[in-house]
Amino acid sequence: METVKAAGEDDPVLIRFDEVSKVYSLPAGDVVALDRISLTVERGEFIAIMGPSGSGKTTLLNLIGCLDVPTSGRLVINGHDVADLSDDDLTYLRRDTIGFIFQHFNLIPLLSVLENVEYPLILKCRDRNACGMKPYEVLRAAGLDDERLYTHKPTELSGGQQQRVAIARAIVNDPSLLLCDEPTGNLDQKTGGAIMDLLAEMNRMGKTIIMVTHDTGVAAFAHRQVRIVDGRIMEDTG
Amino acid sequence: MSRTFFEFARRNLQRNLFRSLLAVVGIVIGVLAISSMGILGNSLTLSVTEELSTVGDSLSVIPHSGQGSQFGAGLVQDRISERQVQDLRRIAGSNPVIPFYSTADRIQVGTKSGVVSIYAMDTDDIPKLVEVDRGILIRGNSGVLAGPRVVSQFDLKVGSQIRFENGDTQRVVGILKERGLGFDIQPDYALIVPSRWYEDRNDEKGYDQVIIKVRNLDDVDVLEKAIDNRFNRREDVLDTFSSKEILSSIQQVFGQISTFTTAIGGISLIVAGISILNVMMMSVTERTKEIGILRSIGTLRSEIRQMFIYEALMLGAIGSVLGGLLSFGGGYLISLLMLQTTKYLFHPSSLSSIALGMGFGIATALLSGLYPAWKASNLSPIEALRYE
Ligand SMILES: Nc1ncnc2c1ncn2[C@@H]1O[C@H](COP(=O)(O)OP(=O)(O)OP(=O)(O)O)[C@@H](O)[C@H]1O
Ligand SMILES: [Mg+2]
Repeated sequence: METVKAAGEDDPVLIRFDEVSKVYSLPAGDVVALDRISLTVERGEFIAIMGPSGSGKTTLLNLIGCLDVPTSGRLVINGHDVADLSDDDLTYLRRDTIGFIFQHFNLIPLLSVLENVEYPLILKCRDRNACGMKPYEVLRAAGLDDERLYTHKPTELSGGQQQRVAIARAIVNDPSLLLCDEPTGNLDQKTGGAIMDLLAEMNRMGKTIIMVTHDTGVAAFAHRQVRIVDGRIMEDTG
Repeated sequence: MSRTFFEFARRNLQRNLFRSLLAVVGIVIGVLAISSMGILGNSLTLSVTEELSTVGDSLSVIPHSGQGSQFGAGLVQDRISERQVQDLRRIAGSNPVIPFYSTADRIQVGTKSGVVSIYAMDTDDIPKLVEVDRGILIRGNSGVLAGPRVVSQFDLKVGSQIRFENGDTQRVVGILKERGLGFDIQPDYALIVPSRWYEDRNDEKGYDQVIIKVRNLDDVDVLEKAIDNRFNRREDVLDTFSSKEILSSIQQVFGQISTFTTAIGGISLIVAGISILNVMMMSVTERTKEIGILRSIGTLRSEIRQMFIYEALMLGAIGSVLGGLLSFGGGYLISLLMLQTTKYLFHPSSLSSIALGMGFGIATALLSGLYPAWKASNLSPIEALRYE
């Protein structure tokens, strides 16, 4: 399976959690990070996931992002039950359908700004010009106009600029889903606000966004808030 | 596509330049050791075969010595009689048969004295075995020819007088051309005297050795068999050995030396392999987070593997190319030292031993890269992302 074709592109449901648990087995005993979660996310939603530290927010995001699979329960993403997918299939799903934005930006230090953005394109298309979007356009859309920066290494950029590069990298393959783990957590308020404006813009353009945040101000950008405590959903405004 | 991962590998090696260089050095040494020994071995074989095919082979016949006859048959033969020489001539056909005496004597030249080996042979046979560099060949019953080593040892000139142990004197009429290591006789270190003069002074019952110059290499085996049939039917009387056989025993000894040095090369390759393994395991650990990022944005396991294998291959290739280039220098030096010639350095078989060494170098690096590559590709993406 070279690319995971969406089983039901017109199905309004993008993600469905059905009694999903995630248990980490540690020498000291099992840690239940998620406890029988049921949750449905429709296309085009903008969701903020909130909750105290250690409540399972990142774990939830990792499951949606196909970085990990549930210990029990059923998780369907874009029409695929993740339990049926091989490691390679999960990887193709991440590459083509999901964009990640992290708190620590997580750009690739060996690559320049431009190369970081080109990288997912190359993974997908081998020829970097074959896939619709162009890295320059995407970088500009992410608010990084200064082309002189494109040849710099990520560490030479400010935090806000790095996060813009990360967003450009996340959207370059035109994914339907953006996953953000505290995207403004390492930025000052003003820069964080600008990043949130950018994400809201992406959402208006049709991308589904699921964002973990501690900041209620940031969470206000989302249309739906989900609160998790101890691996269970305590509150869901959707 | 793979260019991207190649580029990753290249940049990572560059990022850790010093470490990478150390890993390369091991490969260089291993390849150098294996290739240089290969070149020497080849040059040796080539030079000897070339010499054999130009001058032809010579078959040495010597009396069988050692246990002789335990049953008191009384035939303790340590000489080759005139009759046996006649038989040998018949067997040899048109190939020249040269019987001679081989002995040693204390000589005195001016104030210097010392022991030299002496070959006494028919004056007609002398030009069949040696060439004169200065002076002339022996004519008649007097005069000696001196080998270049004897000349330098005793400061001989054409015309110098040599006094033998028993008081006889002879003049040097010619000085031999240097011949190098021979398989039949060693004229460089000897005097050659006329056999009649020698026989007059010694009560000899036979020759010490006979050399048959064999023009056609293929005849050597036939002749050996014929000699064996004629003389050694009931018991061993005459032993024969050809340059070819001596060559093969030299090659056998050389083979052992070269196995030894190749083993040293192999050990240094193993050490290099371990150091590459070590460097790459460090790299996997240091880049855990990076691998997590790459995986999270859609890099396949196989692509991560590819990236690390390229890294190992690059270390191997750089080390092997450097080692291969240095092998020309190493092969040059070692051939010059041991064979006094370097003309076989660019012979195809020498080049192929460099290719072999390089192949080993690259294979070692590749093998050492397999485990780290596997390890890196099997990191769980979330563990890798959590890693700081
Ligand atoms: N890979 C793992 N191995 C073992 N335990 C884990 C792992 N990942 C998470 N956990 C545990 O699962 C629980 C939930 O962790 P998670 O990272 O999802 O919390 P979080 O809500 O993202 O917290 P934070 O706000 O601090 O980022 C925690 O108790 C954590 O220790
Ligand atoms: Mg978290």
